[in-house]
Amino acid sequence: MIQLGGFILLALLILLGAAVVIFAKNPVHNAMGLVLTLLSLAALYLTMSATFIAMVQILVYAGAVMTLFLFVIMMIGVDKEEDRKESIRGQTFLVLGVVLLLMGVLTYASIISGFRWDLLFPQAGYVVEGTPDSVASILFTAWVLPFEAVSILLVVATAAAIGLAYDRNKREL
Amino acid sequence: MDIQITTDWYLTLAAILFSLGAIGMMIRKNVLIMFMCVELMLNSVNLTFVAASRHFGSSDGQVAVLFILVVAAAEAVVGLAIIVSIFSKKQSASVDDLSLSKG
Repeated sequence: MIQLGGFILLALLILLGAAVVIFAKNPVHNAMGLVLTLLSLAALYLTMSATFIAMVQILVYAGAVMTLFLFVIMMIGVDKEEDRKESIRGQTFLVLGVVLLLMGVLTYASIISGFRWDLLFPQAGYVVEGTPDSVASILFTAWVLPFEAVSILLVVATAAAIGLAYDRNKREL
Repeated sequence: MDIQITTDWYLTLAAILFSLGAIGMMIRKNVLIMFMCVELMLNSVNLTFVAASRHFGSSDGQVAVLFILVVAAAEAVVGLAIIVSIFSKKQSASVDDLSLSKG
């Protein structure tokens, strides 16, 4: 019972944060909604015994990425009003159609499987604790090649960010 | 009565979160907020991976989440650098003003 209550509370917090991200007018409020979503997701990962992922989620997402977002929001300025006029005709109806399509597909998939999506794949009878130990033992053996590729990606991203921030005319960062 | 939280609960939550992200991507015009909606969609995929990892009793899904986190961080860095450099030229963060290559 306490499990169910916790899940529903966290799910409501996640969806509330997502709704704030979509509908808030002030970009700082949007960022705060995203922080709420990310922290609630981290708590949800904790209940799913993915401890390491939960901690990394808080450190990297709610910490580093959101700081970067807020920094850019402060740089760009929050005082500009977003104009609501349609630049593509019938934009609102198109979005509405896509939303209805998504919800239709979701409902269809739920109904034909009798609200059990995991019937095709039997659930493992045991729970894996997602400790740093168990994640690292796979990461540095079976996944070591993708790990190296990701390190190259990080170097490229750093170089790209510096290259984009560099102003050729001023010859300084 | 004791209701077990099965994998489909998590999958449904992830699907709703992804749909919300996709909707936000379509209805907002501020580039930063569209970026945040991309983050929402990435997070819903992360939730799916963790749910699958729990379902099958293996840590592979959590390793995949770690990779998605790294790629999302790199994407945020490059994307925000692009936004800042565009803003310094155009003084605007709306996608309507960035229609140079519309043909």
